[in-house]
Parts: sequence; structure tokens; C-alpha cells
Amino acid sequence: MSDSPFFIVLFAIVGGALRVSTPFMFVALGECLTEKSGRVNLGLEGTLVLGAMTAYATSYHTGSPWLGVLAAGCAGVFLGGIHGYVCKLPKVNDIAIGIAMMLFGTGLAFFFGKSYIQPSAPRLGSFSLGEWTGNPQIATALQVNGLLIVGIVVAVVMAWAFANTRWGLIVRMTGDSAPAARAMGVSVDLVRFVATAAGGFLAGVGGAFLSLYYPGSWNQGLSSGQGLMAVALVIFARWKPLRCVVAALLFGAAGAIGPALQSVGITQGYYFFNAAPYILTLLIMIASAGSKQALRDVPGELSITK
Amino acid sequence: MGASPARISTTHRHMANISEPLSSALIGTAPIPGDLSVRIRRGAEYVAIPMFALAVSSVLFSIFLSALGKSPTEFFELVHRGGFGTAFSIQNTLQRSAPLILTALAVAVPARIGLIMIGGEGALVLGGFASAVAAIPLVIGHAPPLLTLIIMAVMGTLTGALWVGLAGYLRHARGVNETISSLLLTYIGIAIMNFFVEGLLRDLTNPNKPSTMPIGDAYMVGKMPGTEVHWGFAAGIVVAIVLYVLLSRTTFGFAVRVTGGNPRAALAQAVIPVAILFGGIVASGGLVQRRMDLPDATVLVLQGLTFVVLLASETLYGRFKIFQVSGTADRT
Repeated sequence: MSDSPFFIVLFAIVGGALRVSTPFMFVALGECLTEKSGRVNLGLEGTLVLGAMTAYATSYHTGSPWLGVLAAGCAGVFLGGIHGYVCKLPKVNDIAIGIAMMLFGTGLAFFFGKSYIQPSAPRLGSFSLGEWTGNPQIATALQVNGLLIVGIVVAVVMAWAFANTRWGLIVRMTGDSAPAARAMGVSVDLVRFVATAAGGFLAGVGGAFLSLYYPGSWNQGLSSGQGLMAVALVIFARWKPLRCVVAALLFGAAGAIGPALQSVGITQGYYFFNAAPYILTLLIMIASAGSKQALRDVPGELSITK
Repeated sequence: MGASPARISTTHRHMANISEPLSSALIGTAPIPGDLSVRIRRGAEYVAIPMFALAVSSVLFSIFLSALGKSPTEFFELVHRGGFGTAFSIQNTLQRSAPLILTALAVAVPARIGLIMIGGEGALVLGGFASAVAAIPLVIGHAPPLLTLIIMAVMGTLTGALWVGLAGYLRHARGVNETISSLLLTYIGIAIMNFFVEGLLRDLTNPNKPSTMPIGDAYMVGKMPGTEVHWGFAAGIVVAIVLYVLLSRTTFGFAVRVTGGNPRAALAQAVIPVAILFGGIVASGGLVQRRMDLPDATVLVLQGLTFVVLLASETLYGRFKIFQVSGTADRT
């Protein structure tokens, strides 16, 4: 039964969804935090790529992939910090800065990463969620990396923190109404700076996943708009961290359709399947934009939906 | 044809009896004292602050290069040589800047109204693809080159317009954020092009690189006389001028400016020097890479850095007294 092409494709999609969704998840969670504080960071695409390169290079030099993950996070803090600092200057448009940072981050990554394209660095390991079934196909399909679990934990913590802690309240207040936050004595610029930098950290970790797990190598074509899709994903998820996880899984599944079909020999329309995540993102944005629910959930200070 | 001078001067004499100011308005005003200097001061701000931003980004980039042990002066000298120094290099630069002018205008016009559309690349790809596809039956049928070029231009323009227009329509109809939708459409457009170019419309005589059928030299846009630069560059300049006129002198342009957005960020006439500058930087990239043993991505870093600094310098407008003119309110 599990040999029929349908099941092969199904398992490939599920496994692919688990793999491909992880970078989406991290970038989306980072962007969720940033946007909750009232700022849009479109530069996360560049952060993703720089994080991937940093992780790969660090892992290559130190032999420890997890150190690479940490370094990637720090690279993300660096870029997020620049974005956060520049955007607080008056009259600066955060969307435009995001695009410029995307160019800058990607440029830095390719610049420093040129010498890391060939060598092979130690990768992150994986374990299988499907071991217990005793079916080798299911076991291979359900191989996940620790970072996926970390991502889900971060989402849960974030969701809880937004609702129940003082810091969460401060972030939300800064994002909903800057004047109200200032009246409470909160430094709006500082909160947004920290939120953007923290968002950058998460995005950097997402990038580390790309280069150290799947696809598991560093080259200049590693990311193809995933950072940007993650921004759309956050809107779709209505700025709720747990929904970001679900949305990331959905996007991961969409991205896994192409390779899954290829694995059973269907190669027609290769490009369309690879464009599936973008098309899906666009359709979802069309469907969810303008709906009353979205307008209620959007952080009031956010410029992207004005 | 043409108004007779006699009639105009009788009108003038007639009107001169009504009132002083009105008649002087009809004759043509004598320059108001300080008018030109007012405009120079305000215009100087638009030149001085970007130049300052360019200087700052050059300094930052020089620090970056020095930290890596490379010589900044050598870098800038090579950029100058590869981009602007010789007749060959400047023509190379102008060629590279031709598409940049047009794609920059594609961002500039919506920016005037407050929309940030980054879908230029998708429109470029699909427009080029549509032109190439439209050319196939015409080239096979030996149609006259001028007609072919016109049809190709129209097809390309329409396709690009419809593609990016889709992002604009989504914004209008459903409120979808145009930045993200135009970026997504870029990726989708590239996928569409790849799909057809590698599949259905692939030219089978060229096994190396997937492409549509080549149209041949006879059908390509010619070079401007005396130079190696093709007419596309002139087309870009003409479009920029037309857009400037459209935005500043027509009712439509007035409506755009009133709707608001960012009247500063997108002066159509500023696009040309900026496009040439960036074209030069990109053109010199290969030279820099070979001579200084730097990766190609160096120019990408410089571009990204320059953009960030340029955008950050927006904050400096209106802060310096030297550019303020007392008694005049900011009309935007």
C-alpha cells in the first residue's frame, strides 16, 4: 500500500513540509515580533542569506554546527540592529530601508561567502519522528531537525509572552499606539530597536537551517524570496505566533510539492510547482486582505497595511 | 497658421487699461527679486544631501575595504576607470544604465503617489519575454524590421504594464500591500518565463543556454550614430522627460502630487544621473574583481550600503537652516 505513487507523494509532501517550513517559521516569528512592535522589516531576506553564510562558515571553522546557528543569530542581530537604528530617524521609510538592507545583507553574504561555496562543513543532525512505525519510508519522510522543535517552542513562548507578560504588553502597546506607549514612559524607539534586532536573530537562525540542514550547503542561490514570503505569511497569520507555525507548515507543503512530484517522475511544469509557494502566498494575501478580521488584528502603528 | 502678432498686441493694449498686475501677468513677468535664488536654495537641498549621503557611503565602504586589507583608492580609481574613465567604459556604462533608467522610473512614478512597487524585475522579464515571443512569427515571416521593433515594443510595454498593473489593481480592489504583491509577481513572472523558455518556446538550435529564437542583427535596436550605445538609452531619456512633464505639468500629474506620498523621493529627472552612476558601478564590477581579487558581490555591497545611506539621509531634509528660505512655506 505504501508503494503506490500517491502515498509516496503524500509522505514526501509531509516530510518536505516539515523540512522546508522551518526557515519560514523562524523568519515569520522574527517578523511577527518586529511587526508587533510597529515596524516592518523587509530586509529579513538578506538576513536569512547572511545567516546561512555565517552559520556555514562558522561551522566550517569551528566544527560545531550549533555554534554556527548561534553565529547566524548574531549576524541577524547585526543586520536587524542596523535596520532598527536607521528606521528610528524621522522621515525614514522602513519599507524602503528594508529593501535596501535586503540588498546589503545579500551582498555581504555573497561577498564573504565566496570562499565557502566549495568546502564542506559539518551539518546539523536529524532524528526521525516516524521511527516507531517501523516503516522505513515513513521514518525517512518524517525526519526532522531539532530546530523545528525549537521553532515551535519559540512560537509557544512568544504567544504566551505576548498575552501574559509585561514585556509582551509593552511590545504590543508600542505597536498599537506609540503615543500611548510614550505616555506610559516606554521608549518607543528602544522597544522597536530591540524587537527588530531580536527578529533578526530569529531570521538568522532560520538561515542557518538552510545552509546546515536542508538544502544543507552554501551557494548563491540558496534563498529565493523566502524572507519576503515570510512577511506575507505574518499578515496571513494575523500576527499570532502559533498561526505563524501553521502557515509556515502550509507554505512548506506548497514548496515541497515540486520535489515530491519529481520523486515519482513527474517533471512537467517544474517551474510552476516551484512557483507554487509564491502563487499560494499571493492568493492568500488576496483572500485575507481587506477582511474585517485582518483589519482588527493589525498592529495600529504598522505602515504596511495603511 | 499661428496667431498674428498684430492681434496679440491689440489685445495687450486693450488689457493694459484694466489693471497693472493683470497686464504685467499677460505681458510676462519681470523676475521677482529673489525668485531664482529661492529656487536655487531649495534645489540645492535636493543635490547637497544626496551628495553628502554618497560621500558618507563611500567613506563607510572605504573603511570596509581597508579592514579587509584592500586599498579604497585603488577601488574607486578602478570604478572610475571601468565605469566612466574611457570612451569604451562610458559607453558600456550608458548601455547598462538604459534598462536601469526605465526600471527606476517604474518605481519612481508609483512612489510619487505613495505606493512602493518593486515589481520592475518581473515586468522586465515578462516584457522582454513577450517581445521575444512576438518577434518569432515576424522574423520567420521576414517582416520589415521597423514594424517588428514597434510591435515588439508595444507587446513588451503592454505585458509589463499589465503585470505590474495587477499589483496595483490588487491594492485598489482588495487593499493588498503592493510591495509584497509586486515582489511575489516578480518571482512568479520569472517562473513563467523559465517555464516557456525551457519548454514550449525553446530555440532548439542553441543547445547551450535555453532561450527563445534569436531575432538576428537585422531586427535588433541599432546603435546611435558615432557610438556603441543603442537607441534604448535615448528611449529611456525621452521617457524620463515625458514623465517629468506629465507629472509636473498636466492635470493627471497634479492629481498624483495632491494624492501625496513622497514628492521628494522620486523626481523623474533625478533618475537619469543616478541610473548612470549605478550603471557605472555595475559596469566596473568585472574590472574590480579581476584587478583587486575581490568577489563580484563587492559592488552589491556598495550598492546596498549606498541605498541604505541615501534612504537614511532622508532624515536630513528640512533640518539645515542654510536651505530654508524665510517667508516661504513648504508647498508640498
